[in-house]
Amino acid sequence: MSLLDYFRVSRRNSAAIAKERLQILVAHERAERNRPSYLPMMQKELLEVVQKYVDVDQNAITINVEKDDRHEILELNILLPEDQPQPRKVGRG
Amino acid sequence: MARTIVITSGKGGVGKTTTAASIAMGLAQKGHRTAVIDFDVGLRNLDLLMGCERRVVYDFVNVINGEAKINQALIRDKRSENLFILPASQTRDKDSLTQDGVGRVLEDLSKNFDYIVCDSPAGIERGATLAMYYADDAIVVTNPEISSVRDSDRMLGILASKSRRAEENDEPIREYLLLSRYSPKRVHNGDMLSVDDVQEILSTNLLGVIPESQSVLNASNAGTPIIMDQSSDAGQAYLDVVSRYLGDDLPQRFIELKKRSLFGRLFGG
Repeated sequence: MSLLDYFRVSRRNSAAIAKERLQILVAHERAERNRPSYLPMMQKELLEVVQKYVDVDQNAITINVEKDDRHEILELNILLPEDQPQPRKVGRG
Repeated sequence: MARTIVITSGKGGVGKTTTAASIAMGLAQKGHRTAVIDFDVGLRNLDLLMGCERRVVYDFVNVINGEAKINQALIRDKRSENLFILPASQTRDKDSLTQDGVGRVLEDLSKNFDYIVCDSPAGIERGATLAMYYADDAIVVTNPEISSVRDSDRMLGILASKSRRAEENDEPIREYLLLSRYSPKRVHNGDMLSVDDVQEILSTNLLGVIPESQSVLNASNAGTPIIMDQSSDAGQAYLDVVSRYLGDDLPQRFIELKKRSLFGRLFGG
């Protein structure tokens, strides 16, 4: 393999890298876009309820909606403090 | 009733105005009465690409504000009797475009034209969102380059959610992808996203691929839409784009690396 070929191979990767980066980014951004608009408010209110009982901080809650052809999954993740049981997952089919 | 086509992209400098000028001219040359509107208030350029910059008297905002009749503001193209240009205002700010005002002008034009081509400004501000709001069809101009593809995806999302058709639960806007400034050689060498890559990511109906070409700059220098230069690859590609838009099934012509003849290889032709 000549030196020229070496450069050719490394260049061939740049379009592939671009494609891979875009695929990840676009999938992520589409998911964000398709989130229901009530989600941030719901997340805030849920956190307030949890905070009544457990001392969790602002970032301890994540909420996510996934859609496929047949159903929607609302995934709610609450990370409890160290001395509490493992994080709970509540799902809805 | 006219069909309203928006030429959009999100990112600037990808070839929206070049595309709007050529598609409008192409539709007119095929016998359709066509109006092309510049929505880039404050930064108009369509008049330059169409070569009518010295004939602008009234503009889009004058018509919206009732300071001029639509027929006073429309500039008849000197090359095609079917083509009219409505220039953007150069002095007012973007807020002078209102949804009602734009709607009224489009409805007015709709009575006398077959196609209304809306040349959107870059970005997602008012001018851009209003250019797409009333659209029936959208042509998303994309360069094979990551930021352009990302912005195009964002525009596709906006087209699907923030148009009149979306708000009224009407049949959605028909979306088309137009890939411009394409270099088969760089794709072959692996440093440019291929047409298949871009289509796989955006999954939108491909209207055409415009090859990167020196003649595009020559055409804009002269104020002639590139579609009128049928000796150039880009001009031919735009003609194919117009035919495909009108329903012809044509193969993509400019996506393969040109095979150079022995003569060309020897003499660098």
